[in-house]
Amino acid sequence: MTNLKFRAAAPLLALAAACTAGLAADPPPPIILATTTSTQDSGLLDELIPPFEAASGMKVKIIAVGSGQALALGERGEADLLMVHSPEAEERFMARGAGLVRQRMMYNDFVLVGPAADPAGVRRAAGLAAALRALHGSGAVFVSRGDDSGTHQTELNLWRQAGLSPPQAKGRYLETGQGMGATLRVASEKGAYTLTDRGTFLALRPTLSLAVLFEGDPALRNIYHLIVVHPKQGPRVNQEGAVALARFLLSQVTESRVEAFGRQRFGRPLFMPDSEPFGPVADPGGDRGAPHQ
Amino acid sequence: MRLISEGFSQALHLILGLDPDLREAAWRTLQISGAATIVSLFLGAPAGVALALSRFPGRTLLVALINTGMGLPPVVAGLFVMILLWRSGPLGELGLLYTPAAMVLAQSLIALPMVTGLSLAAVQSLPARLRVQIRALGATRLQTAWLMAREAQLPLLAALMAGFGAVVSEVGASLMVGGNLRGSTRVLTTAIVLEASKGKFATAIALGLVLLALAFSINLILTRLQQRGRT
Repeated sequence: MTNLKFRAAAPLLALAAACTAGLAADPPPPIILATTTSTQDSGLLDELIPPFEAASGMKVKIIAVGSGQALALGERGEADLLMVHSPEAEERFMARGAGLVRQRMMYNDFVLVGPAADPAGVRRAAGLAAALRALHGSGAVFVSRGDDSGTHQTELNLWRQAGLSPPQAKGRYLETGQGMGATLRVASEKGAYTLTDRGTFLALRPTLSLAVLFEGDPALRNIYHLIVVHPKQGPRVNQEGAVALARFLLSQVTESRVEAFGRQRFGRPLFMPDSEPFGPVADPGGDRGAPHQ
Repeated sequence: MRLISEGFSQALHLILGLDPDLREAAWRTLQISGAATIVSLFLGAPAGVALALSRFPGRTLLVALINTGMGLPPVVAGLFVMILLWRSGPLGELGLLYTPAAMVLAQSLIALPMVTGLSLAAVQSLPARLRVQIRALGATRLQTAWLMAREAQLPLLAALMAGFGAVVSEVGASLMVGGNLRGSTRVLTTAIVLEASKGKFATAIALGLVLLALAFSINLILTRLQQRGRT
């Protein structure tokens, strides 16, 4: 048995060794970027991050989660830089002092999508509130992210602003608890309505039977911010790396990449750059002295 | 229907063209799941054999725990490992979260009870007289264990295959502790999740086919070993 075991194990052992060899932590420490699913599902980050890694020699670990979870990771000091689109939750995060800097990066917009036949008559609605009322009053099914993401927060705000609460009747309001891509797929399969960022929708449209039914209201603007996590949030927050990455993501080079992204495939940019210039970062606290790491 | 046939033809295209992302994910899968299987083999097989040959108070309880562990949901294993490896967690200093090592750890945790439990069952299913005979011939306890394991080599290899099968197909824990990072912790299963949510079904199908082929090849090698070892 031992012989057999070793013969079978030798190549796998070599693999294990090769695998662990690659793990040796080498400076500089990696940067953890917690971001929304839309920036990853659309493919934007695949364009933006590799040039930074090449130029800086730093590794970026992209953890794609909803904005709610991204903020929670930042709060625990488990992430260094956040790319999020949940303005109210972000403001609360900053008010608690959990973030060092918060800068606008880019925007796109939310759209209401649903079956092209539009049984609820959303397309004919005079305004956003009327569109939501039409949805609410009909028997149509609405699919919600239900995951505390920026899109989910926006959706809840929109219902509230229209003086409504999400449909209560059984089976009328489905919460997927998943990313935008999966949620769009559920809506498409069920012939239901949902709120989506335009970028993810355009990227997935060829595989969906959904159409844009309402767009253009100012309340549907979807703004992405970068937040550098305050080093006091955890013992190993990589402030230096986060600031370097934030500077890069707010630079003109990145702006032009963001603007070019998707033009070829969709005929229009999926995200519009709107960077605030990145100012000097104040030292986060006299007691810490030198920047962390 | 068209999607499926298109998917398969694109899949074939990606596989034959040796798409770099596909190759990378396949190689990572082999490395990580292979390492986890080895870890669980070297810890689990001796533990299972020892447990089969010993009697002590609380043994039944321990065996029941291991048998329960064979059904440990991967996401639960992933959750434990994630909390353990958080920067603010007990092992945060090691900086292992979102690395292949974290995935090896989580997958080992998933495969370990399986290898242990199946090794235990393998040795226990040997005729009871065998052990008495071996002891009567003057073997020490260690020699007895080794000879018994040798006798049970067929089911022990089956235990190994079950462990590998469990971790290579697992996605929940890998996503949680690996983070699905391109070029580092993106394995075939997590890549399938990502590509499907991006709407790239052809790529997802290609990854699925490669995963099946990979699992089949490994099992073929182990099965050949197992069947050759049969006398």
